[in-house]
Amino acid sequence: MDAIELGIVALKCLVIVAVLLTGFAYTTFLERKVIARMQQRLGPNRAGPFGLLQPAADGVKLIFKENITPVGVDRFVYFLAPIVSMVVAIMAFAVMPVADPITVTIGGQVREIRFQLADFNVALLYVLGITSLAVYGLVLAGWASNNKFALIGGLRSAAQMVSYELAMGVALVSVVLVVGSLSMNDIVDWQVAKGLPLIVLQPVAFGIYAITAIAETNRAPFDFPEAEQELVAGYHTEYTGMRFALFFMAEYINMITVSGLAATLFLGGHHLPFVERFTGNLPWFVDIGVFLAKVILALFLFIWIRATIPRLRYDRLMAFGWKVLLPISLANLALTAVVIAFLAR
Amino acid sequence: MGENWAFVAILTVIALTIPILGILAAMVLAPKRPGTIKNSTYECGLETVGDAWVQFKVQYYLYALIFVLFDVETVFLYPWAVAYQSLPLLALFEMIIFLLILGIGLVYAWRKGALEWI
Repeated sequence: MDAIELGIVALKCLVIVAVLLTGFAYTTFLERKVIARMQQRLGPNRAGPFGLLQPAADGVKLIFKENITPVGVDRFVYFLAPIVSMVVAIMAFAVMPVADPITVTIGGQVREIRFQLADFNVALLYVLGITSLAVYGLVLAGWASNNKFALIGGLRSAAQMVSYELAMGVALVSVVLVVGSLSMNDIVDWQVAKGLPLIVLQPVAFGIYAITAIAETNRAPFDFPEAEQELVAGYHTEYTGMRFALFFMAEYINMITVSGLAATLFLGGHHLPFVERFTGNLPWFVDIGVFLAKVILALFLFIWIRATIPRLRYDRLMAFGWKVLLPISLANLALTAVVIAFLAR
Repeated sequence: MGENWAFVAILTVIALTIPILGILAAMVLAPKRPGTIKNSTYECGLETVGDAWVQFKVQYYLYALIFVLFDVETVFLYPWAVAYQSLPLLALFEMIIFLLILGIGLVYAWRKGALEWI
């Protein structure tokens, strides 16, 4: 690895972080606008044209808010928790392929630039491993806050996230079974080669993935860790200012990541599998647009669901995860294995 | 492959600096006016009663235990799924048996009432 390549990698990292932070800011804006429209309101419309500068105003406000550290908190863990949440949220995006690689000439050398930070052959396991670390941020915050609401919020998040992670893991095994690889690029290439997005072949796995993704990111109707009518603000009750903002950022960046994962695994990633049969391979900037469009579509669905479906009851949430989603995903896996055994041989 | 992990390490460093920079910026810029009442933990605006580390339902532990069991079994499924298309038909039956054991474990926990939220 020479200096130029190191520079390219560092640049990629900065771009990922910058895009995720901007994406976070405008996802909150999109959410407020869309929910407002669904409730026949206007939403934020004062800061800048159409309220487009609202995220910047919010950011400035949060930096200038006082950081209150309540008495009796476990200080080290209390400071650590938002950082853990944030780092884990950013890192999961590292393996997402955003466009086809391009070749450029820098200083007389031909280099291939991949629109992906790290191309692991175990990329899917990496994403699952990193996203399952997200539960630590919430549990540590709940535990360290010296607050009953926060403690119960943290416990709920732990139980909910581990329960839904299981069904998600099993549902994704059936995707791996079809493709035969854990690498993101292989999964995308497979869909392009077959000319079919995997959602057509694995609709059940996609449905389970979509439901568990909402639960994993603690979004309505599964927002128990911060159910405001029951737990004030759940695990971040005692967090103010910038530290609260970090939890908020982590939640929205996780939304972007699971949307990107849904696009990559089930919707053909940065390609349009069916369309590209006729048009041939599209250039890299179209790829980025396609990927973005799919992620924004998924984010819109997140917001739509939040505006439509009321929160479940906690016992029903757990029963749904263990007694409905897990058996269905296991059955789907067995069925997929049998079908492949008969088709492929 | 090895250098991919180096890339992720670089991203980790950058990802770490973002929240730390944010917190440091807030430390410098935000006002600090602590007070006894302001710094007490929130409990519906009333004075805090008792210890914050309250008793909670034993079901949380039960779910944690079943989760560990199933999660470890799920990990076994991944290498099988990757290699499946190049394995003989025997692999299918082996994994069906494995899935059945998993299913029996789930049914056992279900019948024992470990999945009920009382």
